[in-house]
Amino acid sequence: MLKLRDGIVELYRKVATSLPPDIEDAVKAAHAQEADSSTAASTLAVIAENIKRARETFRPLCQDTGVPVFYVKVPVGLSHNELRSTILEATREATQKVPLRPNAVDVITEKNSGDNTGEGFPVIYFEETSGGTLTVDLMLKGAGSENAGQMYKLPLAEINAQRDLEGVRRCVLDAVQKAQGRGCPPYIIGVGIGATKDQVTRLAKEQLMRKLTDVNKAGELAELEQQLLGDINSLGIGPMGLGGKATALGVKIGVNHRHPASYFVDVSVGCWAMRRGRLIW
Amino acid sequence: MLGDETGTAHMVDPRILTLPLSAEDVSSLRAGDLVLLNGLLITGRDKVHKYLVERRPPKAEFPFDVSGTVLYHCGPIMRKTEDGYVVVAAGPTTSIRVEMYEADVIREYGLRGIMGKGGMGEKTLKALREAGCVYFHAIGGAAAYLADRIKKVVTAWKLEEFGSTEAMWFFEVKDFPAIVTMDSLGNSVHKNIEELSLQELKKLIGP
Repeated sequence: MLKLRDGIVELYRKVATSLPPDIEDAVKAAHAQEADSSTAASTLAVIAENIKRARETFRPLCQDTGVPVFYVKVPVGLSHNELRSTILEATREATQKVPLRPNAVDVITEKNSGDNTGEGFPVIYFEETSGGTLTVDLMLKGAGSENAGQMYKLPLAEINAQRDLEGVRRCVLDAVQKAQGRGCPPYIIGVGIGATKDQVTRLAKEQLMRKLTDVNKAGELAELEQQLLGDINSLGIGPMGLGGKATALGVKIGVNHRHPASYFVDVSVGCWAMRRGRLIW
Repeated sequence: MLGDETGTAHMVDPRILTLPLSAEDVSSLRAGDLVLLNGLLITGRDKVHKYLVERRPPKAEFPFDVSGTVLYHCGPIMRKTEDGYVVVAAGPTTSIRVEMYEADVIREYGLRGIMGKGGMGEKTLKALREAGCVYFHAIGGAAAYLADRIKKVVTAWKLEEFGSTEAMWFFEVKDFPAIVTMDSLGNSVHKNIEELSLQELKKLIGP
């Protein structure tokens, strides 16, 4: 799997150093909406210039190259264990070559492994696919935005959130207002709703892999995504939390069936530098 | 408008500041001011703060005098070359993580500026007022852009012990852009935005 390893090293490079076009377009559109000579406009101008420079010079957009999260769709018959070893080898190599910042810290010894590998690091999710193509999706999830995420258990009296989509809307707005500028807005917000905590957390993060231009297949959710985007952008938090119109660039919602007695909502916050990419093998 | 070497204008009417800052520099800065920093600054994040507060190393232990300089919350990506270290990416990290330490660090080491992202809390705001210091907000995620404003890696402190992400780096910067968001009079952009956004939230979801 030598060539696949090289492919994954290149995927790391691409994801760390260049922002997907849909997000870059959204940053530009947000810049155009802010008042001339405002802090928000200056901030977005620097961000736009940073995106350009990082891509042109093959340098990471952000020094926090984050936690690598892999979503791998595997054709029948390919070994998950072998793929995992290949991803780990590629991670070590990419840490040197791109370079990535070494971010894997042992909780007991506090020692940084130095190569972005460790227990459960990177995060790797496998899923079997019926086709013959191996698809490797990679997200580099910055810690500033990861720390800004929240989970809710409905009903929740403090924000008068009941077990319905209006309750979900309240959770998302509450989470963004609490996050303020700490997770590097304008944000991309992923929401997961369902029966168990582990499931909704993963589901919320997976939503961040969707293109901003992607429209939710469920009409009710597509509508809620649009409404939330408008609501969030009326909060006035703005780029970097310093005030302005652009607090979010997109909201994406995913649902699982829930238990009659449970209604969990997870809000995953993505920074403007929402780095994601795909390798098809 | 101030242009940079690429001819693009990014910051409107910035104040040009030279480090170390004086007490007068600090008292004249107001929340909302755009600035360009020039001179020698230091970096420090989680490990540096914990160490400084727990061990209180004397100022003389640092390779350069840190009085009056800016402490930048940053864990850069560095590349080791034959000619020493090169900065690859160096944007700010979230400042609130060192809230419990910062007030003591400001007082003990005579810093005139703290720089990071996301702002800090009441304890730091009080220390800024009492000690004559300001909080600069750098642009989160703009790591390649900001690395280009670091003209020289002067030296590092605790590099072996803490590793390159957590070490205290001494960087010579030129026209490093930032926004004053907490000043020495007790004004905080973060506090204002938090209050305003809470009012907006209440309009959207009720009290």
